Amino acid sequence: MLTLQFVPHRDIEHMDSVKRINKLLRLVKEDKIILLEGRLKSHEETELISKTMEEIDNKFKGIELSTINPENTDTKNIWQKIRKVLINLVMGDRSGFTIIGPASIIKEIKKDPNKIQLYTEEISKR
Amino acid sequence: MTGIFKKLLSKFFKNIFKKKKKVKLGLYGPPNGGKTTLANKICKDWLGEEMGTVSNISHETREIQIKEEITIKSKGKELTFNLVDTPGIATKIDYEEFIKEGLKEKEAKTRAKEATKGVIDSIKWLDDMDVVIVVLDATKDPYTQVNITIIGNLEARDIPVLLVANKIDLKKADIKKVQSAFPQYEVIGISAKFGNNLDDFYEALFRVAG
Repeated sequence: MLTLQFVPHRDIEHMDSVKRINKLLRLVKEDKIILLEGRLKSHEETELISKTMEEIDNKFKGIELSTINPENTDTKNIWQKIRKVLINLVMGDRSGFTIIGPASIIKEIKKDPNKIQLYTEEISKR
Repeated sequence: MTGIFKKLLSKFFKNIFKKKKKVKLGLYGPPNGGKTTLANKICKDWLGEEMGTVSNISHETREIQIKEEITIKSKGKELTFNLVDTPGIATKIDYEEFIKEGLKEKEAKTRAKEATKGVIDSIKWLDDMDVVIVVLDATKDPYTQVNITIIGNLEARDIPVLLVANKIDLKKADIKKVQSAFPQYEVIGISAKFGNNLDDFYEALFRVAG
């Protein structure tokens, strides 16, 4: 059985980067696929990768990660962009979604700008 | 007093000159994109010697490798840099994959352990780079989060980026797909293995780092 857990942005907005990453990684290590509202900051994404590498062992193989942000492709107006940047500064980046899951379950994530496909490992193989 | 002032001034200008000359040029990207093959090609072209070993098994480069004082020349211009070849950045490392690729279990586990450390080091070194060449395998899907994360981080740090679509000698290579994934960057298609389009690559490097 696959568990998909939705994490609303309000659940992590009060946390610092370390706590956010620890929370997400803890859920992934419980074999859950996370659907996070919004996206992490770019330095948080690299921190998540570093932290994942520290945790890899014979059982935990790492994560699959993908973000989708349709607004980025449509926002051409400079004022809309400025508005978005200001909102992101105050509220955090709530636009789009981030999917994070254990590599032992998600074999591959394929993505084009507006679509994400998850390819999962056969349960019997795990 | 004037002498001391003159010395300080001269040291200050020398330092500026020195810093400008010793650019740290990083090779970043996912594993098996051809970073070390490109590093070897650059070193062979301008120093006459190679930099590191390459392999079909992923994560061959597991430690940061540096080649100092490489000077490239093109159309009367000169660029000197320290070349930093980094381990490929990945979000997962499974020792069983190395066994499938032909390694024994013990070797595979050691390689996996070293590879995880390599990824952490690559990320740590991002802050030290002056210019980065992101080397992508043009036969593979460019829309991976690793690629997006690397480029996003370089953007956030204001580090100039040159995007290289490697392995254009292979039929499956698709430079246009790489270009459409990262339209804000100039993408140069090359074959580091066979040296295809390296002149264009060096010219682009001058534009980005010069």
